[in-house]
Amino acid sequence: MNEIKCESCGFLNSAGTSICNKCGMPLDKENDSKLLNMRYDGRAIRSKTKNTSIVDKIWNFFSSIKIGVTLIAIALIASAVGTILPQSMYIPTNVVAEEHYRDRYGLAGQIYYQLGFHELYSSWWYLILIALIGISIFIVSLDRGIPLYKALKNQNPKRHIHFLKRQKLFNQYDQYSQEDLDKLVTNIKKRRYKIFEKDGHILAEKGRFSRWGPYVNHAGLIIFLIGTLLRFVPFMYVDEFVWVREGETAIIPGTSQQYYVENQEFIFETYGNDEEDAKFSEILSQQNSAIPKHFETKAVIYEDVSEGVIGSEPELEEVASGEIIVNKPIQFGGFALYQDSYQLNEFQSMSFKLHETTDENEASIVEFTVDLTNPDSVYTFENGFRIELDQYYPDYILDDDGTPRSQTNYPRNPAFVFFVYPPGESDPEASFLAIGQNIDGTGENTYKLGLTNFDVRDVSGLNVTKDLTLPVIGLGAFIFMIGVIQGMYWQHRRIWIHPAQGKLFIASHTNKNWYGMTNEFEKIITNTKFSMLQDQEKVTKDN
Amino acid sequence: MEDLIVWSSRLLYTAFIIYLIATVLFAATIKDKRHEKTFSKIHILAISTTILGFFAQLGYFITRWIASGHAPVSNMFEFVTFFGMMLVLAFIILYFIYRIELLGLFALPIALLIIGYASMYPRDISPLVPSLKSHWLYIHVTTVALGEAILAVSFVAGIIYLIRQIDQSRTSLKTICLEIIMYSIFATIGFVIVTTAFSISDYSSTFEYNVEGQPSELEYHLPPIFGPSEGQLLTENRMDALLPTPEWMLGAEAPRKFNTLVWSLLAGIVLYIGMRLILRKRIAAAIQPFLRKANPELLDEVCYRAVAIGFPVFTLGGLIFAAIWAQEAWNRYWGWDPKEVWALITWFFYAIFLHLRLTVGWHGERSAWFAVVGFAIIMFNLIVVNLVLAGLHSYA
Ligand code: HEM
Repeated sequence: MNEIKCESCGFLNSAGTSICNKCGMPLDKENDSKLLNMRYDGRAIRSKTKNTSIVDKIWNFFSSIKIGVTLIAIALIASAVGTILPQSMYIPTNVVAEEHYRDRYGLAGQIYYQLGFHELYSSWWYLILIALIGISIFIVSLDRGIPLYKALKNQNPKRHIHFLKRQKLFNQYDQYSQEDLDKLVTNIKKRRYKIFEKDGHILAEKGRFSRWGPYVNHAGLIIFLIGTLLRFVPFMYVDEFVWVREGETAIIPGTSQQYYVENQEFIFETYGNDEEDAKFSEILSQQNSAIPKHFETKAVIYEDVSEGVIGSEPELEEVASGEIIVNKPIQFGGFALYQDSYQLNEFQSMSFKLHETTDENEASIVEFTVDLTNPDSVYTFENGFRIELDQYYPDYILDDDGTPRSQTNYPRNPAFVFFVYPPGESDPEASFLAIGQNIDGTGENTYKLGLTNFDVRDVSGLNVTKDLTLPVIGLGAFIFMIGVIQGMYWQHRRIWIHPAQGKLFIASHTNKNWYGMTNEFEKIITNTKFSMLQDQEKVTKDN
Repeated sequence: MEDLIVWSSRLLYTAFIIYLIATVLFAATIKDKRHEKTFSKIHILAISTTILGFFAQLGYFITRWIASGHAPVSNMFEFVTFFGMMLVLAFIILYFIYRIELLGLFALPIALLIIGYASMYPRDISPLVPSLKSHWLYIHVTTVALGEAILAVSFVAGIIYLIRQIDQSRTSLKTICLEIIMYSIFATIGFVIVTTAFSISDYSSTFEYNVEGQPSELEYHLPPIFGPSEGQLLTENRMDALLPTPEWMLGAEAPRKFNTLVWSLLAGIVLYIGMRLILRKRIAAAIQPFLRKANPELLDEVCYRAVAIGFPVFTLGGLIFAAIWAQEAWNRYWGWDPKEVWALITWFFYAIFLHLRLTVGWHGERSAWFAVVGFAIIMFNLIVVNLVLAGLHSYA
């Protein structure tokens, strides 16, 4: 590779260098009159110097800022498109997604669905986009961070005169005494600059650490992205859901049948019952339905301590108990149970009686109760009657084509088909019962069933989670914040003082916030004979 | 309690008036012909008045907090007012760094407009559903508002820069864009005027219409230019809708929102055209001569500095605290709800701004346009996303 020999000091710089690494002589002769480009202190950047092999080409692709910014811009636009219509996770759960988008939003909805925008944020191309941004951040940080680190670590306080002359803030002072200079340096020190000296040349520097800000924040972003990927590692992440009825004990899904939860009681309160809610009365009176104020599950968590054989009876031992309230989960063995949703007044059981159809007093012949979560299929009675539960729909609806079916397995709207066998008969009479419906199979039944009673209870919806990726994600976010603050709220400021031929040359550079730098220099020269540095950018513009 | 709420509204009203006075004082500093660096009594008076106004509004905030029992950032009125307050705070901070009076002359009217806009929403104290009862919610909402307000100062500096720098001698795409921005300010004023006028005259009419097959009623507080499609006017002696709202506009109360939007846009047109007729030139061209003394490099610096200061605050509040709260409330730190996505978009946007400025060297005019678009995104998230793409957020 071509090396560039510095004309001033003879040092061999690697190709692509624009400021001699040893003496600071500018090497970009063609721009002689312009301000010096101080990016990475003139170090050679890999992506700007090598472009032959395929590795170089990939490297250069990802370390281009234009590409990086374009990737972010594409992600921005794609994300915006994803908010035009609701994502599929926000549409009602009891509808078919394809039909929902078509019926509700027409052709536009259909196109949206077909292009996969209804699940945009988990689509493969969105994930690839984010991954590309991650790779880009990683490569660009190595590409620029390493040269910058080397440049700032080995700074020569003595810089070539041309280096100073081509800084934005510069001035030269023809007459000065050592005393003036000492005073100036004292003032600089007072402003907490570090002073480096070599042969009477001075470099005053502060806030160098802020230059690492971008690299720290990019590292944070990468850790964050890795954290999100860890979710796909099996044991790192559990997200399950369970309905538990009052009084029931259920296996907690996702825990390999190790843990059980008992719902002792579900408590539900709405606004408007307390005196202290009076201040909301205006709003509450405008609402059609009550606004929930508080809900919680009194729960006990058990662990199965039986050693052993699969299928053997579990041996439950209490490990935790208490209230599960929104925002206050119950924790056990690395898992957390969150209060998520509820189902009030779910049917628990229904009682029926049988009477003769023509009997106006409806005198009961037999009575029985159906447990709605675990119904018996046959009910026999001492007087010889036998009733079979032929069909049971816990959550009954009629399909579009008129066939009955159950929407869910939860007894929210139970319906039954019963076969009644009078004593000695082998041909049953069929009856259909649902809430508000009592239909006779043939219209000629001798016996009729009627609802006498029912019990209800609340069901609590609990979310089971374990997320071992959280510490990684949190760490990434934390490092990111440190990095942005470090890079944004501090600046890297340098002042070079170069004595030559009885004159003093002073130049200054900051990586951002020139306003602050100028103000600071004005404070530095108070009580000294030095005048203000000239902003050479302004001078050239004004000419 | 009742008393506190009354006091709280009075304090907000006081703050509004004080900001108005402060704006006039800042205008007076511009007229001041002396050297730009002098810091005379009028400057001190202007900034002290602003700070006084800020404390009055802080008083509103605290009394309302005590009265409702939760931080008043939980509905549209409360959040937008708070955003206006943070804008004043952000201006005060940047004023003490840069001492630019012009910034106040533009930032305060924008804050006034924002507070005026907020007051058009229902001001009742509202109860919180359980998932919103969390300290992280307050921490999240207040830091987001502060971050966005600091970013908004970047817009203020950007717009001053553009009005000062863009060549007004002939019509160009730039002058047109600038006029569109001016117009949107007029449309906001139009919204406040129209809403106030009809609310004073107690206008209301009710329609019956179908929402997804269910008959519902919808109350209008502005005369219905656009009524619900196939809606039935129930109120007597009121004007019937002139036109039906297009059917593809869905969502709760979409026809009324659309009607309000049309009213605001029309009022904006009237105000804008009226102003043009009076001035006989483009609005921006009319403002331009007053900005001669402004230093464009300094404005450019402020435009960037505000982003540099606001970006970390926004990241912290809008993404990190939001994630912590979401983790606590819904057990997932990120849910791709529209409001969240638009916070992410805002973040991406300012990241692009910073990269282009820092590494590709986009300064001056380009940077100023970026600041304007950034503010548009923030406003979009605050208003359009809340009203149209409604998500989980309570003030949706
Ligand atoms: C959403 C993702 C990103 C965020 C939030 C982000 C954030 C930042 C921030 C805050 C800075 C510091 C600016 C300053 O200190 O003033 C920065 C600098 C930088 N970023 Fe990014 N960045 C992202 C992605 C990228 C990508 C994809 C690339 C690569 C192509 C990239 C390349 C750079 C470079 C080269 C710098 C300047 C470093 C220096 O001055 O030494 N960034 N970034």
